[in-house]
Amino acid sequence: MPVESGSARRSVAAPWMFQAAMGLPGAFVTLVFILFALALVLFLALRGNDGSLLGQGFTLANFEALVTDPLYAMVMARSLVIAGIVTLATVVTAYPVAWYLAFHAGRRRSLILFLVTLPFWTSYLLRVFAWRIILAYNGVLNSALIGLGIIDQPLTLFINSPAAVVITLAHAYAPFAILPIYVALEAIPPSLKEAAADLGAKPFATFRRVILPLSMPGVMAGAVVVFVPTVGDYVTPALVGGPASTMIGSLIQSSFGKANDWPFGAALAVAVMAVILLVGLVTRSVNRRAGGIA
Amino acid sequence: MTQRATASGGWLGPYVIAYLVFLYLPVALIVLFSFNDAVQAAFPLKGFTLSWYEALLANETLRGALMNSVGIGLTVSLVATVCGVTISYLEIHGRSRFATLVSAVARLPLLIPGVVIGIALLILVNLSGLGPSRLSIVIGHVLVALPATVIVLRGRFQAIPRSIAEAAEDLGAHDGVVFRRVMLPLALPAVASAAMLAFLTSFDEFIVAFFLAGTEPTLPLYIWSQLRFPKSLPMVMALGSAILAFSILLAGAAEVLRRHSPGRGPA
Repeated sequence: MPVESGSARRSVAAPWMFQAAMGLPGAFVTLVFILFALALVLFLALRGNDGSLLGQGFTLANFEALVTDPLYAMVMARSLVIAGIVTLATVVTAYPVAWYLAFHAGRRRSLILFLVTLPFWTSYLLRVFAWRIILAYNGVLNSALIGLGIIDQPLTLFINSPAAVVITLAHAYAPFAILPIYVALEAIPPSLKEAAADLGAKPFATFRRVILPLSMPGVMAGAVVVFVPTVGDYVTPALVGGPASTMIGSLIQSSFGKANDWPFGAALAVAVMAVILLVGLVTRSVNRRAGGIA
Repeated sequence: MTQRATASGGWLGPYVIAYLVFLYLPVALIVLFSFNDAVQAAFPLKGFTLSWYEALLANETLRGALMNSVGIGLTVSLVATVCGVTISYLEIHGRSRFATLVSAVARLPLLIPGVVIGIALLILVNLSGLGPSRLSIVIGHVLVALPATVIVLRGRFQAIPRSIAEAAEDLGAHDGVVFRRVMLPLALPAVASAAMLAFLTSFDEFIVAFFLAGTEPTLPLYIWSQLRFPKSLPMVMALGSAILAFSILLAGAAEVLRRHSPGRGPA
């Protein structure tokens, strides 16, 4: 094949240049903005607070304070419980919707998918704030209950409670769990359901032994996209939770704000990441073991 | 595909309706009270008014915040899409271990709460001298949007048969041409989805932007600043309703386009 010398030289140089040009943006963003920034957090967590940007000296005092003061263990436990309940509630309530979408929706499927994803397009702050309007002392729920003659004084028990945080977060993140579960259910060949039925499995047994295990990757993906943002949320506790619902995200936020103790805030952030890693590893191993039995 | 859908879902149909009501009820209340002639959001309703929407149109600070959010959103959309395309393309077609690693790290922010991304970048931008600014918010939002763009585009590049790229190579196209003339056009619907997803993510993002904002707020930051003042709540609700109406229009238009476009890909 006759090849012109100029283009031959170019085809030698081009692959290297092409790879470099293509690789540069991704490498820069991931190495500098993700890995280096996370390394900075870890570094700062090991420094003492002297008001300067990177602190001074090397110390484990931040982590010691985290471990010895029971307040932090309590806030961390509360964050985990709240995020855990929210994750469980969103996944369990989303599953039937995903099921309906995958197996029964028919021509209505795209309409329902559209309706389920639309809240993605509305402001997260306003979705949270809507619950403040509903639950507030002079809010929608109290005024409606008074209007209906059920109570005569506004109740204080709705707003500023951990329960308010749970319901608000469960609502704000509700649609996030549907899509991954739907995608997983969609991918299951209908022949497997028919085969289970032919072998005499009742519908519930088919669900428990065939469909549920096969949809577990979707369930896990849905759980991750709900759990991670909720465990670090500081907006919802601030808007509807009150002081009794302070979460770990609220503490990190105030460490970098009012409290102005960046190294300690960094240590809190490291602790959150460690907890997420731990929860991830535990669920994965439990999931594997369950998958092995089924 | 639709053949195996059955008409009746038993209790599932009513359940889905109840679920959608739960999903939309709080949002509907915001719309309802944005037309209510009272500062307090409570029953009974006091009468119909458009004054909160008039206040919205007259608000200069709000317009500035809106323009900020749109500008940041468009920049984020461009940067995140370019990164998403290159990262996922190199992972699928470059076959290098480094490309696989970069792709894995690019999806890492999915496992990091926004508050941690926010403080990590706050330390970084202060260290680099950039400081909190619009550019800092762009960086933060690119990180938040990157996992979704990489996941969408990776799925698309994986779905394109390898034989197409190999055929182009056999016909003498070198890497750059294969990418530009063959693979990128084939992935275009997914590129558009990724760009839109990145814009929407940025437009609504508050948690990371809170740490990285300088003197010029984005729309969510402006909303946050107004939530403290009971008097401005009706206007904030009018703003929320306007955003919702605009979103429905945009999402509806995107849906119509998707259905009527010939050769739509799984995007």
